[in-house]
Amino acid sequence: MWQTPREQWDMSLKIEDNEVDIVIAALRSNLNTFLEEWRTFFSNFHLIIVKDPNLEEDLQIPPGFDHQVYTKSDMDRVLNGASINFSGHSCRYFGYLISRKKYIISIDDDCLPARDNSGVIVDAVAQHISNLQTPATPFFFNTLYDPYRQGADFVRGYPFSLRDGVECLLSSGLWLNIADYDAPTQIVKPHERNTRYVDAVMTVPLRAMMPFSGINIGFNREVLGPALVPGLRLVGEGKQRWETIEDIWSGMCAKVICDHLGCGVKSGLPYVWRGVGSDADNAMDSLKKEWEGVKLMEEIVPFFQSVKFPKTAVTAADCVIEISRMARENLSSLNPVYAQAADTMEAWVDLWKGD
Amino acid sequence: MENGSSSSSFVPSTPLLKDELDIVIPTIRNLDFLEMWRPFFQHYHLIIVQDGDPSKIIRVPDGFDYELYNRNDINRILGSKASCISFKDSACRCFGYMISKKKYIFTIDDDCFVAKDPSGKEINALEQHIKNLLSPSTPFFFNTLYDPYREGADFVRGYPFSLREGVPTAVSHGLWLNIPDYDAPTQLVKPLERNTRYVDAVLTVPKGTLFPMCGMNLAFDREVIGPAMYFGLMGDGQPIGRYDDMWAGWCMKVICDHLGLGVKTGLPYIWHSKASNPFVNLKKEYKGIYWQEELIPFFQTVTLPKECTTVQKCYLELSKQVKAKLGKVDDYFNKLTDAMVTWIEAWDELNPSVNAGTAAARKPNGTAK
Repeated sequence: MWQTPREQWDMSLKIEDNEVDIVIAALRSNLNTFLEEWRTFFSNFHLIIVKDPNLEEDLQIPPGFDHQVYTKSDMDRVLNGASINFSGHSCRYFGYLISRKKYIISIDDDCLPARDNSGVIVDAVAQHISNLQTPATPFFFNTLYDPYRQGADFVRGYPFSLRDGVECLLSSGLWLNIADYDAPTQIVKPHERNTRYVDAVMTVPLRAMMPFSGINIGFNREVLGPALVPGLRLVGEGKQRWETIEDIWSGMCAKVICDHLGCGVKSGLPYVWRGVGSDADNAMDSLKKEWEGVKLMEEIVPFFQSVKFPKTAVTAADCVIEISRMARENLSSLNPVYAQAADTMEAWVDLWKGD
Repeated sequence: MENGSSSSSFVPSTPLLKDELDIVIPTIRNLDFLEMWRPFFQHYHLIIVQDGDPSKIIRVPDGFDYELYNRNDINRILGSKASCISFKDSACRCFGYMISKKKYIFTIDDDCFVAKDPSGKEINALEQHIKNLLSPSTPFFFNTLYDPYREGADFVRGYPFSLREGVPTAVSHGLWLNIPDYDAPTQLVKPLERNTRYVDAVLTVPKGTLFPMCGMNLAFDREVIGPAMYFGLMGDGQPIGRYDDMWAGWCMKVICDHLGLGVKTGLPYIWHSKASNPFVNLKKEYKGIYWQEELIPFFQTVTLPKECTTVQKCYLELSKQVKAKLGKVDDYFNKLTDAMVTWIEAWDELNPSVNAGTAAARKPNGTAK
């Protein structure tokens, strides 16, 4: 495939393997299957494995991985009394904090590599890296999706001045098999499986909000790290993904911050294969707990729609502090979880700055 | 890739809408391509807009129910208002939208053929457009699994429930395999590139986001958005070409965003067979490539007042702003403004009973979920 003049001077970065940490939140102790299945794709990278502080058993990790395990005692040491709860799915944020690399890729420990439409196993790590390396195009929607992919380009009518794109700070991947549905949807459709492999990556446009799933992500930690904050915990938060909302909240933060900083967020490839069986009974129990999360979204969405940052907010950390201030002012009277989120966000930025 | 254990709910068949939909086809050559579409188009009424020399006889394949308009017909029907309809450019197709009496329009170019999906099955593009138009759009919040109303998909965790009803879909924008819709510079640099990637998704273009709307494979609810689908002044006597659908798309999108209507893009694919000459295209597009740098900021920042509650009012207001802000870019935009006003006058004359965009015109979407 010959290089076109545009390809030669485009704004793509080159991300080296040693600039990336892979963060795994260990909510289960036996990581053998997970890590063996991912071995081919993880083997060149350093792994940060963060053990859920509520998990009592020792982790089982197969040999041959360059990795470091972090546990509750590491969290206690670093937190030094700061009020951030890293239990459950939130333990991965500790991994984001402790990493020294420029980029993070994180995949839930119940996800395995997927196969694409030709049956080829998908290297999700490489795809996230590719998404972060190539520009995003948030200011105008390209109908052929990612214009930087081989075999695609900007379509007729796409303004030339916008074809350089901007840096992509966040790559949000998808899931085959068990899709990331909330509890009510799980209950209504207990047997639905996502079998549709949509062969596209696209930039989520400026000001468009999205429900960001933390299951399969990559991001620029250096620029965006403080934005991925374990702020919002449900009172009844549990270990099932439909019992959490921390990633939705941090994703909304990340998106408004990226919009403000003039950077991009991509969604689409890569897919992972999400294997945990969805148990409708569990979903029913969760609904009693997680209905809270569903209700909170009704308040959260208008809140984020109204978020505006002053020109003086030039870093993700500045923006997170602004969001926490606005959340405290506008949301804390609605539900105590928001004041807690504001506290957590401030403590998070302190920790981040303290590093 | 569908597997047997997907959603257990009954999947209703798509209504044909054969008495509610017209197929508008601009042509200057011939309509041989209709033979391939026969199984899918047979039931529908065609509106053929013949561009170029009106004395040429365009043969329509047997068995199709159609009306055909050439330039003489357009002049006769619109009188002096015919000045708003382009000549020697496929932009003339919008005459077909205006003259139609149906609720829905599907428009397709005469070099577009039936594509196949990855399983080898022929794609009924019209059926997919109908599905897109009959199910809601979701412009206020991006669903990461794309169209939540498709079988086997849904809204993802975190998608607010209050936004799950969606809004009526005004436009369904389809895509193309084989010859991609590139501009002239890209065609010159990549003459051999073909679009071979079948992306199995329909998605709503978010509110506040503009996109390049291609008129090759397009469907819309004429009663809801028709007056906004003016394809501008192109072709003979005009300084620009190949921006007709772009112009309509930008006007349409700001109006849809203002009125709370949705626009979808993605499936269906058609097979685009003819690569136009990039040098000819460059001459047509040249001014557009520069002008669009002014046009895009204009459309990105345009606001329509609350009082604009119908598509016509929105469009006329837009035309005022085009004159005020773009007239100084080139005198062409002053002419275009006049043509936009003429278009609305002609539209209202030919379609007197219903004001597009009002509650009366907006029937609720049928099979929403």
